[in-house]
Amino acid sequence: MNITLALMLQLTIVIPLLSTFAIVVTGKYPNLRESVTIASCLILIFLVVNLYQGVLAGESISVFWWELLPGLSISFDIEPLGMLFALIASFLWLVTTCYAIGYMRSHHEKNQTRFYACFAIAIGAVMGLAFSANLFTLFIFYEVLTLSTYPLVTHAGTEKAKKGGRTYLGILLTTSIVFFLLAIVITWFVAGTLDFTPGGIFTDDVDKVLTGMLLVLFIFGIGKAAIMPFHRWLPAAMVAPTPVSSLLHAVAVVKAGVFTVLKVCVFIFGLDLLAVLPTTQFLLYLAGASVLLASIIAMRQDNLKARLAYSTISQLGYVTIGALLATSSGVIGSSMHIAMHAFGKITLFFCAGAILVTLHKSKISDMRGIGLKMPITMGAFFIASLSIIGVPPTGGTWSKWYLMMGTIETEQFVLMVILMLSSLLNIAYLLPISFHAFFPKLSRFNASASSTKSLENRLPIFDIKEAPLPSLIAIVVTTLGCLTLFVYPQPLFELASAVLTGRE
Amino acid sequence: MIAHLPILQVIIPLMAAPICLMLKRTQLVWLFSIIASGLAFAVSILLLQQVMASGVISYELGGWQAPWGIEYRIDKLNAFLLLIISGISTVVLFAAQTSLEKEIPKDKHIFFYVLYLLSLTGMLGIVATGDAFNVFVFLEISSLSAYALIGMGNKRQALWASYQYLIMGTIGATFILIGIGLMYQMTGTLNMHDLSQRLPEVEQSRTVLAAFAFVIVGVCLKLAMFPLHLWLPNAYTYAPSIVTAFFAATATKVAVYLLIRFTFSVFGFSFSFTHIPLQTIFMALGLVGIFVASTSAIYQNNVKQLFAYSSIAQIGYMIVGFSLSTVTGLTATLLHMFNHALMKGAIFLALAAVIYRVGNVELNNLRGLGRQMPLTMAAIVIGGLSLIGVPLTVGFVSKWYLLMALIEQGWWPIAVLILLGSMLAVIYVWRIVEVAYFKEPLNKNSTIKEAPMSFLIPIWVLVIANIYFGIDTRLSVGVAEAAAQSLFGVAL
Repeated sequence: MNITLALMLQLTIVIPLLSTFAIVVTGKYPNLRESVTIASCLILIFLVVNLYQGVLAGESISVFWWELLPGLSISFDIEPLGMLFALIASFLWLVTTCYAIGYMRSHHEKNQTRFYACFAIAIGAVMGLAFSANLFTLFIFYEVLTLSTYPLVTHAGTEKAKKGGRTYLGILLTTSIVFFLLAIVITWFVAGTLDFTPGGIFTDDVDKVLTGMLLVLFIFGIGKAAIMPFHRWLPAAMVAPTPVSSLLHAVAVVKAGVFTVLKVCVFIFGLDLLAVLPTTQFLLYLAGASVLLASIIAMRQDNLKARLAYSTISQLGYVTIGALLATSSGVIGSSMHIAMHAFGKITLFFCAGAILVTLHKSKISDMRGIGLKMPITMGAFFIASLSIIGVPPTGGTWSKWYLMMGTIETEQFVLMVILMLSSLLNIAYLLPISFHAFFPKLSRFNASASSTKSLENRLPIFDIKEAPLPSLIAIVVTTLGCLTLFVYPQPLFELASAVLTGRE
Repeated sequence: MIAHLPILQVIIPLMAAPICLMLKRTQLVWLFSIIASGLAFAVSILLLQQVMASGVISYELGGWQAPWGIEYRIDKLNAFLLLIISGISTVVLFAAQTSLEKEIPKDKHIFFYVLYLLSLTGMLGIVATGDAFNVFVFLEISSLSAYALIGMGNKRQALWASYQYLIMGTIGATFILIGIGLMYQMTGTLNMHDLSQRLPEVEQSRTVLAAFAFVIVGVCLKLAMFPLHLWLPNAYTYAPSIVTAFFAATATKVAVYLLIRFTFSVFGFSFSFTHIPLQTIFMALGLVGIFVASTSAIYQNNVKQLFAYSSIAQIGYMIVGFSLSTVTGLTATLLHMFNHALMKGAIFLALAAVIYRVGNVELNNLRGLGRQMPLTMAAIVIGGLSLIGVPLTVGFVSKWYLLMALIEQGWWPIAVLILLGSMLAVIYVWRIVEVAYFKEPLNKNSTIKEAPMSFLIPIWVLVIANIYFGIDTRLSVGVAEAAAQSLFGVAL
């Protein structure tokens, strides 16, 4: 049993990479190419679910690949947090592929083969990252992820895409090489190991100032977690086609960032050490500032994707805060928030893309009344907004609940207020979009009544023009996901709470 | 036969050079050169195996005993270097025939191969010999043929570049000669091993100090350490592409070898690093070199020149590792010599292919090449990623060791500077990527095709080596570490 599970673990990384070749080979026949993609998505889900069952059954699954440098190996090991991340990523890959087929075709994008190929590499990297058994392996896949998503960000090939790509790569590579790599080398030097170990790898007599500085290096170095001031890459990456933004920049890449933060906090530092480090408090406030500032900036964005990007930055701050709180409810909240936010944000991005493809609108101010044209899309948008805000009946409720608990347990009342304020801001920048979409006439902000009228003339009520079918299916699936996670968060919760207690 | 390996290493290319002149047909000469270089490569592999298994090999030339006769002394350090030099030379030669067609008049091809082999002989000789004066002789053999090779470039500037190099190189060689002369005066011996034993007795004398200064400055001129690097960019830019690929991967490494050999083996660790503030000077110059050269690279529009500046910056990394004067630091330097040879070999060969198809390597003319020559450009990108130090490439391995060495000594600020320096590499590599992949081709109807196989095979051999040795580090790290340890074993 163990051997087959270990094999499956390796396949989760290898299958996406193999499918890259298959995609390139079948590039001339779009239908075949997309079947290949979907088939590999399905295989991947099958593998990940099997692994999940293995984890539930209490199997320990680990694989040793290769010793790269003396003492530093590429090896994999499954623990609940990585399992959670892999489950989300593999499932949403399928959904996104489905969505992308509709989107890319109706948007007549060029270079679709390159698109699907890079996408597959990125997912392979995410799987490797999720299952990595030490910081070294994680770092390698972290960099592979950065590089494989670069062609996706610059997909359009325009001057703007090039500029966005420059910011993207510049910030992610600089932070990861200058801070993250340095932190890893120092950790290796101080602790003598880079293996993820429950309870941390530093001994008790280690210098607190040194480890405190290390923590700062880690948090800054993991640029994918988009903590201010290293967040600029995320809005810049929004020049990418919407499926990229939705999967990579709402799920895979940013979640890889916060996942790494969580991993480092829990398995490198250990919560006990984390709680007494001199820099934790500073970083908590920094993350808090990031949450608040990003929300405020989000309110000022008129471009829907930009607004969602800043919203993502703000939500990532939640996860970082949860990790740095160094309590079990904080970690549980963070782990759950990775999942909850993934479902909510991917839905929002899907909707943004659907609006762009069908109505060719990207500005929020142009979106009045579109709810009448695209009721399903905008309905989904509404539900997903609720999940991001964190109110029932959506999954976001739970994670925010635990994060709040964490702040209360540790008596971080300033942070509690920040989290609450940010939720209010979420309401302010997300709900009006769907509100105006459905009730254009009631809009307070509407400058002149005549414009509404003309809009109404152009958009006859019930002239329904929804997104392409594959995209619509994807939207519905993720929306249902948001709702399901409210009613049935049990498996997720179990995984999240097993992060600290270890394998059951 | 096995006993004569050290001399065979040098004599094979040396004898092959005049035979080339007799063969007359270029195709034949080309094949013959490959065979000669390949044989040298095979010898170097055998030597390395032998050294790793049973320690230092001492070979007495003509049977004359060591301090009087010339001794070839192969230890882990120079066996490693011999492997790099002969290996790169062989791979590069595969592309030579095609590349020369476009760059050098037909009637000069044979001379090219003759000079190439002589230059190879010189480099191998410098590394293999255990005699200080012999070093000078081989240095001149390799330098003189290098001047001529660079002068063969098809632009008029090539002559000027070659002349510049000639002047600087001669000053360097003269300095080394003066240094060796002073040492001989004080000790009465030229054998390195013998020198290392006799120098400590007289190390307080001003003459020895002067000898040290002359040798170090001379070697630093040859290795183009900032600020003695001015000859290098032009020489690399205007030399025939094949020559650039060969020299960029090997020539400066030989000079770095000399630096290590003289400071560690001949003068001895304690003299070099405790009597003289070599550490501070080299650390500072290395760092400044990294930043100045990387920044200059960013502003170059000729891609060959860009990577030439990048080479100077990479030498800076080697110097920083060297200046730490620890086992890990020296390991990092040796590793980077190996790794940098692979990166620059791949990149400059790929540029040779671009010149073959496009005619020049002005940045503007690379527009759209990502589509027209996908395999060649991919090679440049992978080489570039390796320069940056992305994991799974060799560049990462050397960067990791350099960082380890710095942190081991508590030099954190320097570690940060080193990492920032590699960010400059991101900028100059990405300038090329953006032009090649995002700009439309200059002339839409131009039918630039992928480079021929004779280029692609050697290029990709090196590219794959870049990745392979980034993953399987047993050979490179193992030998580099053993060599560094043995150097300290001798010194301490």
